[in-house]
Amino acid sequence: MSWLLPLPVAIPLLAAAVVVATDHVAPRRLEDAVALVAAAAATAVSILIMLDTQRGAVLHWFGGWHPRGNLALGIGFVADPLGAGMAVLSTGLVTLALAYSWTYMREASRLFDTLMLVFCAATAGFSLTGDLFNMFVWFELMGVAAYALAGFKVEELGPVQGAVNFAITNTAGAYLILMGIGLLYARTGALNFAQLGQFLAARPVDRLVIVALTLVFVGFLVKAAIVPFHWWLADAHAVAPAPVCVLFSGAMVELGLFAVARIYWTVFSGTLHAHDGDVRSLLVWIGVVTALVGALMCFLQRHLKRLLAYSTIAHAGVMLVGIGLLGAKGLAGTANLVLSHGLVKGGLFLVAGLVLLRLKAIDELRLHGAGRGLPWEGALWLAGAVGLTGFPYVGVFLGHSLVDDEAGGRSFDWVPPLLMLAEAVAAGAVLRAGARVFLGWGPKRDELLTPEPEESPPEQRASVPLLIAVAAVTVGLGLLMSVVPGLEARTEHGAERFVDRPAYAARVLHDVVPPAPPRPPFTLRRATLQSWLYGIGATLIAFATAAVGLWYRRLPELFLGLVARGLGPPVRALRAAHSGIVGDYLLWLTIGTAVVGGVWAISLR
Amino acid sequence: MNFLAFGVAGWICLVGFYGAIVSENLIHLALCLTVIQSSTYVLLLSIGYRTGGGAPIFKGVKLGTTSVDPVVQALALTDVVISVTVIALILALALDAHNDAGTVDPDELAEFHG
Repeated sequence: MSWLLPLPVAIPLLAAAVVVATDHVAPRRLEDAVALVAAAAATAVSILIMLDTQRGAVLHWFGGWHPRGNLALGIGFVADPLGAGMAVLSTGLVTLALAYSWTYMREASRLFDTLMLVFCAATAGFSLTGDLFNMFVWFELMGVAAYALAGFKVEELGPVQGAVNFAITNTAGAYLILMGIGLLYARTGALNFAQLGQFLAARPVDRLVIVALTLVFVGFLVKAAIVPFHWWLADAHAVAPAPVCVLFSGAMVELGLFAVARIYWTVFSGTLHAHDGDVRSLLVWIGVVTALVGALMCFLQRHLKRLLAYSTIAHAGVMLVGIGLLGAKGLAGTANLVLSHGLVKGGLFLVAGLVLLRLKAIDELRLHGAGRGLPWEGALWLAGAVGLTGFPYVGVFLGHSLVDDEAGGRSFDWVPPLLMLAEAVAAGAVLRAGARVFLGWGPKRDELLTPEPEESPPEQRASVPLLIAVAAVTVGLGLLMSVVPGLEARTEHGAERFVDRPAYAARVLHDVVPPAPPRPPFTLRRATLQSWLYGIGATLIAFATAAVGLWYRRLPELFLGLVARGLGPPVRALRAAHSGIVGDYLLWLTIGTAVVGGVWAISLR
Repeated sequence: MNFLAFGVAGWICLVGFYGAIVSENLIHLALCLTVIQSSTYVLLLSIGYRTGGGAPIFKGVKLGTTSVDPVVQALALTDVVISVTVIALILALALDAHNDAGTVDPDELAEFHG
C-alpha cells in the first residue's frame, strides 16, 4: 500500500492551507474541527502504515522516479516499523494537543491551528523520508512552525526570549547539518540514505566523512537537546502554551534523536564498522552526562513547566544512551522509551496547563497547598510522576530495562546505575512539586529553587472536564505502555531491521523484498532480576529525593553544611551557565562541535 | 581551487558564529545568521562547480557537454527559501521584544535563567 505513504504529510498540509484560506470567512469551530479531523486522519493513516510495515518496509517514490542500478535520483519515502511508529506518536500527540486546545486556546488566533498542522505534516515527513536533504527540509519546516508556536504569546517577554533562543540555536544547528550534507554529497554524489551508505561502505573512512559526520550529528543533537547543546529547550518549553509543550517534549526532541539513529545506521554504519567502539563510547558518555545534568537542573526548578522541561533533557540523555550503544536491543529500548515518555510527559504538561488555568500560577512555591481542591489534577500529576520513575511494569520501565540490558551486554556496566539515579532524581523533583502543590506538604519557602517569572493564565471559558479527560487519556496510555502484550517483541524486531543496513539498501535500491518474518507472539516480556532491582531502586530513590526536597531542613546541620560545601560550587557554576543569553548558547555550540569533531578526528583514524 | 573555496566557506562560517556570539542586538544577530548561511552557499556552489562547465540548461546542448551540478543549486535555492522564513520570524520576534521591553539586546531579554 505504497500510495498511503504521502498521506500523513499531505492531509495536514492541505488542511492547513484550507484553514488559512478560509480565515475570517468560516466559523471558528468549523476550522478547529477541520484541524482536528485532519490530524486524526493523519494518525489513522500512520497506524495503517505501521501495521503494513510489519511484513516489510514500504516504499513510495515521488513522481515515479524509481532508482536505476545503484542510482536513486528521485526522492522516496521508506517506512519501516520504527519510522512509522515515530509518525504515529507525533501525529497522535498533535491530535491530543488539538483536542486539548479545543477550549484551552479558543481565543487564540486561527494561525494556531495552521501552525499545529504544519508541524504535524513536517514530523510525519521527517519520520518517513528516505532522503537526507528531504529530511533537512522537514527538519526546517518543523522548526519554523515550532519557533512560532513557542513564541505564541508574544505580548509577554518570556515567550519572546524563549522563541528567539530556540530559533537562533536551532537555525545555527541546521546550517551545520546543511554543510555536512554538502560535504557528504561532495564525496558520494548521493543524497538517498541507501545510496550514501552503499557508497561509503565500500571504502575506508576518511577525514571529510568524519567532518560531515560531526556536523550532521551535532546539528540534530541540538534539536535533541543533548548537553552541551540543550540550553534552548528549557527556555522554549517553559513559555510555550501547554498543548505546544506536549509536542516539543513528546515528539520534537525525540525526532532529533531519531535522525541520529537513522543516519548512523543507514549511512555511516558500513564505513565506521571497524570504529564503532569509538562512536559508541562518545555517544554513551554524552548521553550519561546529559541525563545527570538534566536531572540536577530539574531538581532545582520551581516553575512547573521548566521543571518538566529539564526532566525531558534527563530522559533525552537516556534515549541517546540507548541509541549510542549501537545495538538493536538498546535501540528498541529507546523506541519504547520515546513512546511511554512522550505520552506521560505530554500528559504532565497538560496537567500543568490545567493548574495554570484554574489556579492562575505556575510556580511551585506560590501554589503551595493551592491544589488541594483539585483531586483529578493531583492524581494525574502524581501518577505521571510515578510513570517516569520506571517502577516495574509502569510507564517507562520497559524502555529502561531494554537499555540496561544492552549496556550490560556491551560491558558498560557503570551506565545503568547512573541512568537509574538520573531518572529517579528527575522523577523525584516532579513528585516533590506535586506533593507541595496538591498536598501542601513541605515549607512554603525554599531558597534552593530558582525563581522565574510567572505566566499569564489562559482564557477562563475553557471546559475543565474536557481538559482533564484529554490529560487522563494521555497519561493513562503512557502508563500502560510497559504492559502492552507483544509490543516489546515488535519493537525489538523493528530495531533489528532498522540496524540492518545491507537489507535496507537492497530493499530501497534493488527492490529486494526479504522473506516475511514470523509473526511475533503477543506476550509480555519477563523482566530480568536486574531490571526489577533497577526499577524498584529508582522508585525508592525518587521518593527519597522528593522527601529530601521537601524536608531537607530537618536533616542535621553538620550534614547540610558538608553537602553545601561539596555540591555548592559546581551547582552554582551549572546554574550560571544556564544564562538565558543566546550568545552563550552559540559559544557552547561551537565548543561542543569542536570537541566532538576533535575526538572523532583522533579516534576514528 | 576547491580547497580555497572550502577554506573561504569555513572562514565565513566562523566569522558569522563569532558575530552571533558577541552580538548585543537581535537584528545584528539575525544578520550574523545570514552570514553563516552564506558560507553554506559558497560551500554548496563550490562542490557543484566544474571547470569549463556551463549552466545546467540542457535544451539544445549536445549530449556529454560539461555543466555545473544542478543538484547543489537546487539545495542552495531550497535553503534560501527556508532561511528567509526563519530570518523573517526572528526579525518579527525582535520587533515584539522591542514592543514588550523596549530593548533588542539578548542580555537584557534573558528573563528565564538557571
